[in-house]
Amino acid sequence: MTTPDLNSLRAMIAQHKRYDILFGLVGLLATMVGVVTLVALFVDLIMDGYPRLTATFFSSFPSRHPEEAGILSSWVGSILVMITTALAAIPMGVGAAIYLEEYAPKNWITDIIEINVTNLAGVPSIIYGLLALGLFVYILDFGQSILTAGLTLGLLILPVIIVATRESLRAIPIAIREAAYALGATRWQLVSDHLLHYSSGGIMTGIIIGMARAIGETAPIITIGALTFIAFLPPAPFTIDPSTDMPAGLFDWLFSPFTVLPIQMFNWVSRPQVEFQLNAAATGVVIIIATLFMNSLAIWLRYRIRKNIKW
Amino acid sequence: MKARNILKLSTLATVLAGVFMAAGAHAGLVKVDGSSTVYPITEAVAEEFQKAVRGKTKVTVGISGTGGGFKKFCRGETDISNASRPILKKEMEDCKKAGISYIELPVAFDALTVVVNKSNDWANELTVAELKKMYEPAAQGKINNWNQIRDSFPNQPLKLGSPGADSGTFDYFTEAVVGKSKSSRGDFLASEDDNVLVQFVQRDKSALAYFGLAYYEENKDKLKAVAIKADEKSPAVLPSVQATNNGSYQPLSRPIFIYVNAKSVDNPEVKSFVEFFMKHGGKLSKEVGYVDLPANAYALALKNLQTKKTGTGFGGVAEVGVSVEELLQREGKH
Repeated sequence: MTTPDLNSLRAMIAQHKRYDILFGLVGLLATMVGVVTLVALFVDLIMDGYPRLTATFFSSFPSRHPEEAGILSSWVGSILVMITTALAAIPMGVGAAIYLEEYAPKNWITDIIEINVTNLAGVPSIIYGLLALGLFVYILDFGQSILTAGLTLGLLILPVIIVATRESLRAIPIAIREAAYALGATRWQLVSDHLLHYSSGGIMTGIIIGMARAIGETAPIITIGALTFIAFLPPAPFTIDPSTDMPAGLFDWLFSPFTVLPIQMFNWVSRPQVEFQLNAAATGVVIIIATLFMNSLAIWLRYRIRKNIKW
Repeated sequence: MKARNILKLSTLATVLAGVFMAAGAHAGLVKVDGSSTVYPITEAVAEEFQKAVRGKTKVTVGISGTGGGFKKFCRGETDISNASRPILKKEMEDCKKAGISYIELPVAFDALTVVVNKSNDWANELTVAELKKMYEPAAQGKINNWNQIRDSFPNQPLKLGSPGADSGTFDYFTEAVVGKSKSSRGDFLASEDDNVLVQFVQRDKSALAYFGLAYYEENKDKLKAVAIKADEKSPAVLPSVQATNNGSYQPLSRPIFIYVNAKSVDNPEVKSFVEFFMKHGGKLSKEVGYVDLPANAYALALKNLQTKKTGTGFGGVAEVGVSVEELLQREGKH
């Protein structure tokens, strides 16, 4: 090889390395745009809302006096709706995923169901709200209640749970299945004793990410008619309800009117007084922290459970 | 075996839920929905009322716009509907079809306020005819400069904002200014959120918009209110509590209402809530930035409630500049 050739080769390599660095920079910039925007928004919210984040803010009902107003009815509402959502979506989602992955025959009907499930994840949430308004509120007559909201959000996050569960079932080596069958296990024994245990990390992650999405959803909840001013809590089971003087039933809370955090925030944003905007910012901080907390819980759980599994 | 047990359990749970649903529904609950303009007043009354009865009665207040509120009201889903304009013909028919009769009760005045940017030094007062020129349907695409409104106005682009078509504020403004409810040009910034309109006018020197007095009062330092002349000869009046009270701010001051389902009045809880509303609504509406009615109007309204005088004083058409006392004494139309 002659010297000029070597030089041009070096130049080419240097050129490619420059491209490499250039792409690295562009990629970093792309990442930063997202992260910095998010951080800036969050910091702005905290600066506005932090002075309002006191204990009384969490223990007061909404009020016309912004400094006395709080989010008691909305955070309790959000938590109860989340519980209902979880109770509805987890058994359905995990059940459907196990069926599709382990039981369903491979034919065109299953294919259609699979395509549908994947597409459902992309349906705008307002559509779920309209569906729920027709089905739960009017046809089944559940009213504008916690039950309706929980079932609606349950449907909304169902595809997320199904897809996550199937992914984690698929990640289990085929040898585990073969070993179980070889020992004479039935399909249900295989699922309940092995597959569910090994895939629980992935399933939990899917559930929590779904719930984190549900807690911030506003559109479907507004559509089914969540209310804006509520200065009472849903009746706790077996406590005396002051409006009836009777002990509340075990499931009465499911049928109570309710409000949730995003709606309370939305209401305050549209008020003329600046003080209400501060309340809205504080509520925004609470929602973001709840979402971040749930997402980090998902990451932590996945890490913990993966660590303990050795094939 | 396990699967069968789960099936049994879930059936049981469904049945139980059904039983409890029947028992738990609507006991001691007053449901209010409708206009976002009336919302702050109803919220204040509900807050005080629940304190007064120590939680014996639960009141819920939603926001779905005057039109959206009447839709629910005429399906019998709510006890009380907040309305920033009188009930319309179409809504009267819907209610009639569902067998719902209602009591119309004015609760306060609101003064629609026309606002411009702080640095707008030419538009200090406008006549109703000039506002009509800006907002009428024929203005669409044609009227887009301030000098088209009045010769002395500068050559500045005219940028308009307005509350959205679902709001009673829009209905009333078009009725009072253009002469026909909902008749308006469509090429402007429309927002259901009045704070968006505040920002729109605050940022643009040549912008103009309108909304309720409460939003102006809270943003006095950022916006300039325009004095309104009913016609060329009448004096220019700035919107204020006083001008609304003495009737000089015309035609843009309007009464706002609650509509009470006549059947719900038989429910003592709804009745005592509305009575509380009529007794304390004046003071509370002032507190949240509205103008209270004359004292005898609340007394008349209370009487209408107790005698269950149903129907509307308007007959499905919005009227401009009618006194509330007269309204309350009119024969109710259904």
